[in-house]
Amino acid sequence: MKLELRGITKRFGSLVANDHIDLTVNPGEIHCLLGENGAGKSTLMNVLYGMLQPDEGQILIDDEVASIHGPGDAVAAGIGMVHQHFMLVPVFTVAENVMLGYEYTRSLGMLDRGAARDQVVELSSRFGFDVDPDGMVEDLPVGVQQRVEIIKALSRDARVLILDEPTAVLTPQETDELMRIMRGLADEGTSIVFITHKLREVRAVADRITVIRRGAVVGEASPETTESDLAAMMVGRTVELTVDKEPSQPGPVTLAIEGLHVFDEAGRALVDDVTFDVHSGEIVAVAGVQGNGQTELVEAIMGLNEHVVTGSVLLAGAELVGQETSAILDHVGYVPEDRSHDGLVSSFSLAENLVLDQVSTPTYSARGSLRRDVIKNTSTTLVDQFDVRTQGIQYPASSLSGGNQQKLVMARALSRPIDLLLASQPTRGVDVGSIEFLHGRMVDERDSSTAVLIVSTELDEVLALADRIVVMYRGHIVGIVGPDTSRHVLGLMMAGVPYDEAAVQAPPDDVDHEGPVVDGGAL
Amino acid sequence: MTAPPTLETTPAAPGPEAKQPKVRSPLWDTALVTFLSFVLALAIGGVLIAVSDPDVAEAASYFFAQPLDTLAAAWESVSSAYLALFQGAVYDTSASTFQQAIRPLTETLTVAAPLIVAGLGVALPFKAGLFNIGAEGQIILGAIGAAYIGFTFALPWGLHLLLAVVAALVFGALWGGIVGLLKARTGAHEVIVTIMLNYVARFLLAYLLTTSVFQRPGRNDPISPIVDDTAQYPALLGDWSRLHLGFVVALLAAAFVWWLLNRSVLGFQFRAVGANPSAARTAGIKVERSYVLVMMIAGSLAGLAGSFQVLGTEKALSGGVSAGIGFDAITVALLGRGSPTGTVLAGILFGGLRAGGVTMQARTGTPIDIVLVVQSLIVLFVAAPPLVRAIFRIKGGGSIETLQVSKGWGA
Repeated sequence: MKLELRGITKRFGSLVANDHIDLTVNPGEIHCLLGENGAGKSTLMNVLYGMLQPDEGQILIDDEVASIHGPGDAVAAGIGMVHQHFMLVPVFTVAENVMLGYEYTRSLGMLDRGAARDQVVELSSRFGFDVDPDGMVEDLPVGVQQRVEIIKALSRDARVLILDEPTAVLTPQETDELMRIMRGLADEGTSIVFITHKLREVRAVADRITVIRRGAVVGEASPETTESDLAAMMVGRTVELTVDKEPSQPGPVTLAIEGLHVFDEAGRALVDDVTFDVHSGEIVAVAGVQGNGQTELVEAIMGLNEHVVTGSVLLAGAELVGQETSAILDHVGYVPEDRSHDGLVSSFSLAENLVLDQVSTPTYSARGSLRRDVIKNTSTTLVDQFDVRTQGIQYPASSLSGGNQQKLVMARALSRPIDLLLASQPTRGVDVGSIEFLHGRMVDERDSSTAVLIVSTELDEVLALADRIVVMYRGHIVGIVGPDTSRHVLGLMMAGVPYDEAAVQAPPDDVDHEGPVVDGGAL
Repeated sequence: MTAPPTLETTPAAPGPEAKQPKVRSPLWDTALVTFLSFVLALAIGGVLIAVSDPDVAEAASYFFAQPLDTLAAAWESVSSAYLALFQGAVYDTSASTFQQAIRPLTETLTVAAPLIVAGLGVALPFKAGLFNIGAEGQIILGAIGAAYIGFTFALPWGLHLLLAVVAALVFGALWGGIVGLLKARTGAHEVIVTIMLNYVARFLLAYLLTTSVFQRPGRNDPISPIVDDTAQYPALLGDWSRLHLGFVVALLAAAFVWWLLNRSVLGFQFRAVGANPSAARTAGIKVERSYVLVMMIAGSLAGLAGSFQVLGTEKALSGGVSAGIGFDAITVALLGRGSPTGTVLAGILFGGLRAGGVTMQARTGTPIDIVLVVQSLIVLFVAAPPLVRAIFRIKGGGSIETLQVSKGWGA
């Protein structure tokens, strides 16, 4: 099936989210839509999937104008979508999820679960998905849940499959598996629209690449285009893909985590005997696939964990476990992993957000009253220093773009002298320009001999920033390795393979830039 | 799964003027919608007055012969009812002296005082993300405390009133604090807890009024002794009006709540907890403590309303001392959109409707229930700004702050 978008324009008020976008997806082609967060990719796909109506332009399917007024029309026209956040019912089985909304029924409206199972088995074996139709979705790994989404789309005869940032939640190995599946589908004639901002993946799998910037198509590229050229197209200027930093000058140990455990209600260890140090003047990055205990580790350090925490976290010799969060914040600058959920009060002004965690200190309050002039002056300075693009500090944080919101959170964390900067997913969902800025600030903080602990699921970020890398898998530390460890070895370690085995399994051409083991196999 | 339009903003390198989010002051918009809601509610109330009037019904029986008769009768009935409402609430044009003429206005303010403070007791928790349905119970507890001090002890003027008011504040704070504590410790939803505590308070009062401590000697019905003169709020204007010092206290309470919310550290934390409890907790704000504190302050505000009843207007504790003020307070707070200024204005409006409704019923026979309908309709329209906009064909900004009332169950 050939899919063509002609002159699609979508406006939200004065903002043009899509500006006369033309896009053609040929049958059996993997077409990659590359652009930064906020470039208009998701809007375009929501238009295609019928969730938004375009202000101008047409959608053509096999050279005929299609009218798509809702997801139902899109599905009927053979368009399937796998959302970034899965649309699955966790307590339903795979087969039940697949038939949801398109239930097979027998007489008297009885559900025909057998037919749904058969279809799952059939699709699963045809494309090598390896999905159990009777598995409960909530028990499945994320990568398998994603395949369920793909099966769901295929079961409705999707001939164009839209994958919206599908690799965000996957390990490198799961990503490879997904790419193999995509290639298989394309070979069978399914067209695939692959939305991403990750350059490496684009080059690995795409047949054709369309780059979108600020709502408009800025060009097409072939998979042979270099990463830096693609980045330049995407951002509109040359981009430093690596972070410029001097070798670290580690000082004494600032943060010492010793035998830290976090248990959930059922007594399972979410963080399992974690021990490592962070020296002052050093960036330590915790790498791992999302959901392997990093979140709980960070919350335990910050005194935010509602679970049982045992073990010891010493900051400059003082025990943090058992302390109130407000006391910990006196010495720690904290960037939470989800800025809109935990980092910012979106209805609060920039100024209010900048003092959110310090408002009860004498700096910003006196005799129970806010010191409004101090808050105003400090915020103005911080907004300026951290290049937060805004109309003014009195505007709500919700008026900022993701990158500027993240700069705001970083500005708050670094607004005072601290011993430790703890940044969780510091650049998630942030544009390239802001990533450069945020990375620079974290390196600056390191260079002013603060201890910096970063938690990131982005291997690129870990490799760009870390002086040492702690790899976590299922709550425990797989190993602590140096910054020049190969991507492939790290990927394997993120899947739980110890360093020694991972180094052996790594392809030979990777072995030569394999890094020295700093603290291999530490558990 | 219909995602909201993902307004993907382009942050790469926008100049400050490249894309400006529209941040319009919603104040004018809000005031307009509120006013129009009032007009709409009066219009619908007018229809109800007309159809329930026997004269109109009689004229309507020969509607097709003389349609104008029906309309005239309807006009007559509605206009006289609303005139009486105005005369009872603001200025009595039929009065012979100026004092008598403005007495309705002072009556409005008298009735407004407890509505305002109880309304503040609902509005303040709104800002912290809590829906306090329990003002009624907190008023009762405040009234119990104030009355007990008021009629039991013989104390000098000034000190007696002060102690009685403090008792009202403390009792109200306790009743509110229970809610905050249960919410903080067990996650019990404040709506359920407050509703249940309303019953507990009501029956506690009923029980107390049967005991020798509270029941007035020589009486069999549930009523307490009259509180001593020394414990009563002094009249502001003299004997001809019931307006007492409580109204000034209510305005001071509103000023305090404004300061608390907009200028104090505690209020900042309350608002943060209300707007995003996770972010507040992450920023080291003690969310549970905020719940307890805000409910204690809210309870003491409602308790203050109880003191206005027993130390100001009623002078004694009876089974009906709360007079439904705690429930009207919810409406007042909603109409005032949770802001102290709005709550004061809404309290005065409702005070006027209550005061005027009595006169309306007395002079034109229009049932006072019409006033309740009008009150309810106002809030109904205020809660649905798009409806009002559609009726009056105003271009909507959509910028109206929708008041967040409460989190989901168990939140």
